[in-house]
Amino acid sequence: MHNEVTVMDEHHHDNDATDVFGFWLYIMTDCILFGSLFATFLVLNYQGMLPSTLKSHINLRVVLLETFLLLASNFTYCLAMLDLYKQKIFRTQVWLGMTFLLGGSFVFIEVREFIQLAAEGFRWDLNGSASSFFTLVGTHGLHVSCGLLWILVMILQLPKLKGSHIANRRMTYLGLFWNFLDIVWIFVFTIVYLLGAM
Amino acid sequence: MLENLLFGKLTLDAIPFHTPIIMGAAVFMGLVIAISLGLITYYRKWHYLWTEWLTTVDHKKIGVMYLLLSGVMLLRGFSDAILMRSQQALAAGTHTGYLPPEHYNQIFTAHGVIMIFFVAMPMMFALLNMAIPLQIGARDVAYPYLNSLSFWLTFVGAMLCNVSLVIGDFAAVGWLAYPPLSELYYSPSVGVDYYIWSLQIAGVGTLLGGINFIATIMKMRCPGMTLMRMPVFVWSTLCAMILVALSFPILTVALGLLELDRFFGMHFFTEFAGGNVMLYVNLIWAWGHPEVYILILPAFGVFSEVVATFSQKKLFGYTTMVYALAIITFLSFIVWLHHFFTMGAGADVNAFFGITTMIIAIPTGVKVFNWLFTMYKGRIILSTPMLWVTAFFTTFVIGGMTGVMMAVPPVDFQVHNSLFLVAHFHNVIIGGVLFGYFAGVIFWFPKAFGFKLDEKWGRRAFIWWVVGFYLAFMPLYVLGLSGVMRRTQHYDNLSYQPYFIVAALGAVCILFGIMSQIIQVYVSFRDRKALRDITGDPWNAGTLEWSMASPAPLYNFAVLPTVTGLDQFWIDKENQLTTGRVNPQNIDYQPIHMPRNTGAGFIIAIFAGVMGFGLVWHMLIPGLIGFVGMILTGIIKTFNTDTDYYIDAETVKRTELAHFMEVAACTTK
Repeated sequence: MHNEVTVMDEHHHDNDATDVFGFWLYIMTDCILFGSLFATFLVLNYQGMLPSTLKSHINLRVVLLETFLLLASNFTYCLAMLDLYKQKIFRTQVWLGMTFLLGGSFVFIEVREFIQLAAEGFRWDLNGSASSFFTLVGTHGLHVSCGLLWILVMILQLPKLKGSHIANRRMTYLGLFWNFLDIVWIFVFTIVYLLGAM
Repeated sequence: MLENLLFGKLTLDAIPFHTPIIMGAAVFMGLVIAISLGLITYYRKWHYLWTEWLTTVDHKKIGVMYLLLSGVMLLRGFSDAILMRSQQALAAGTHTGYLPPEHYNQIFTAHGVIMIFFVAMPMMFALLNMAIPLQIGARDVAYPYLNSLSFWLTFVGAMLCNVSLVIGDFAAVGWLAYPPLSELYYSPSVGVDYYIWSLQIAGVGTLLGGINFIATIMKMRCPGMTLMRMPVFVWSTLCAMILVALSFPILTVALGLLELDRFFGMHFFTEFAGGNVMLYVNLIWAWGHPEVYILILPAFGVFSEVVATFSQKKLFGYTTMVYALAIITFLSFIVWLHHFFTMGAGADVNAFFGITTMIIAIPTGVKVFNWLFTMYKGRIILSTPMLWVTAFFTTFVIGGMTGVMMAVPPVDFQVHNSLFLVAHFHNVIIGGVLFGYFAGVIFWFPKAFGFKLDEKWGRRAFIWWVVGFYLAFMPLYVLGLSGVMRRTQHYDNLSYQPYFIVAALGAVCILFGIMSQIIQVYVSFRDRKALRDITGDPWNAGTLEWSMASPAPLYNFAVLPTVTGLDQFWIDKENQLTTGRVNPQNIDYQPIHMPRNTGAGFIIAIFAGVMGFGLVWHMLIPGLIGFVGMILTGIIKTFNTDTDYYIDAETVKRTELAHFMEVAACTTK
């Protein structure tokens, strides 16, 4: 009997390391996906192309607000992780809820921005530059939305998974994903908005 | 309004009732499906099918399913080839052949797409699943459920491509769908959308498979198996899968942008609205060039295993082999521009990419010489896997040399998009990839099925294929040099016709080759008792997968092996000469941890297919159902934490003992 338990523990231990490694690999493939979209954006907003009309539509204050919301959501996620390590499930859920609210506000503001841009005539079917803007920023927004759905599922699952290694593993995945989206946003903020507004 | 949301652009007109060839094919496919469903029902095999195959997470069974998919799609892709060859043999001068241009364009597009994505890729994953976990001493891949999902996504992608034959049409734009031709303005039908969605779905499957195998190889090797003790097939797979992980996201983006152009009227590739078509061409080849190495590297791995085994000798130059693989992996990412030297990038850029392309010949040459030196002074056994390898040497070297020719930009300007190019890439893909995979399938077949393939029909298939290949493609080199362009549906110059007729004869020979292979499988199945692989080591090979019974038991290794050097199984067999085989009675087995089967992969893939079909036809409700279904199934799956179980030690002992007794009975006889 004793033997069996050691085998099991050993296996799960190995498994978690392998699984997180695989998630890192996924993150890297996603990195390349975003890399291709950034390349597309840069090519289609090159100075030799049609004059970009993006500049006059950017409201940097709103974008700065979005950035702070996303960064803050990352902070609250880290707090959720800390509570998870202490096995305080309810507090973990509360922090996840905060993360969800902050991330949700980010998506809400982004969607509003898109609607406003479209109303001003800067639509995705205007030209190549606009298409690449909506696609790049939209893909990031879509990722954040997936992350939000994931956070909701996580909040629901935590009581059930309480104390198991699965909870830690899944929270690690989600954390990697959420952090990654933050990093991508920093690039979006710099390359699309800051450089675009100049 | 509701009708529009439900059916989108789909009407009964989408089914080409007036085209006899297509309707014939449709009736045939319908019959095959109806008969198989009928047989399954008649023999009450639905439960068996569901529990043993559709929901399986066992890499060995998934490998078999990949193989089956690849075989079926090979028949489809090859019918396209026969159609093209016969059309070109006929359509000279005043004769226009029997295929109208629009249909002909669909056929060459489908041929390319099917052969690469739904024949070569599944056959590669079949070999990977059949061999990799066994070669590294693992009990399964890193993510068994993901493995099943990968397979079913590939399957659904292939089926979506097949559906296009009957409902609507397929893309008629060439296998890489360059804009502006593939834009809505020039290709208003659903063909390109079918192309995009079947590749997107299959592509996600491939990407997940790539991640899975990297993690498997990096994290699941048995004790003692350091990186430099991995069999070369494992190395080649690792390199190929790294290429998958790095390049498939680019394909996803390229096809995604094209779909956005078509679906939302965006302007990524419309020149008049600030788009750039060369952006697409660059993106697609930044994936496409690594893709050809994704296909060929595992074939190189197979050759390394087969050459060593059938020369009964260690592989010559293991270390240089590994470095050559790694160098090819790296170089494959900096040569993509040689596919469009004529873009007009200027002499500097073309020279750079021409030189990097030529450099690839060096590590490849190293590999070829290593294989030859392995054979040198070896005890060569000319079984069918080895025959394919010998055919590969000459064929692939010819293909490689024409490749180096085209790497010279001025030469490429002459033969760009001509039949010379077509001959070149068939030369390397058939002579390299396909021959290699055939060798691999015959080599690992006993491990997957428990019996060997028939040698006599294997030889016949080999001869027909090789003769057919040379007859079919050597004339194309001549035609290409005389200026015939690829994708030609009709030509005026009658002096070309003899060459096209020879090429068509070659295709007929290949047809005989494929028929011989089908007979080979049938005959082998019929004689499976006589061909039974009792020892589990039919070729006296040196790697770990041969150290167990054939077919491999569910848990692969009863006791995880410990590796002390290259070709561990040869070392073990040497030791066994003095110590003898260990009787399983005397081994203290442990319970083995196994993943439970799950239907989630299959269901998610079916929803993905529904979504793809819905989006092709702009059917918003089915598209949404598919999308939401996929996500919901994925989420529901995460609520199930009872995903594994244990095989108890008694069962393991019984299974191992049965194998031991069988071998003992065989050797005393």
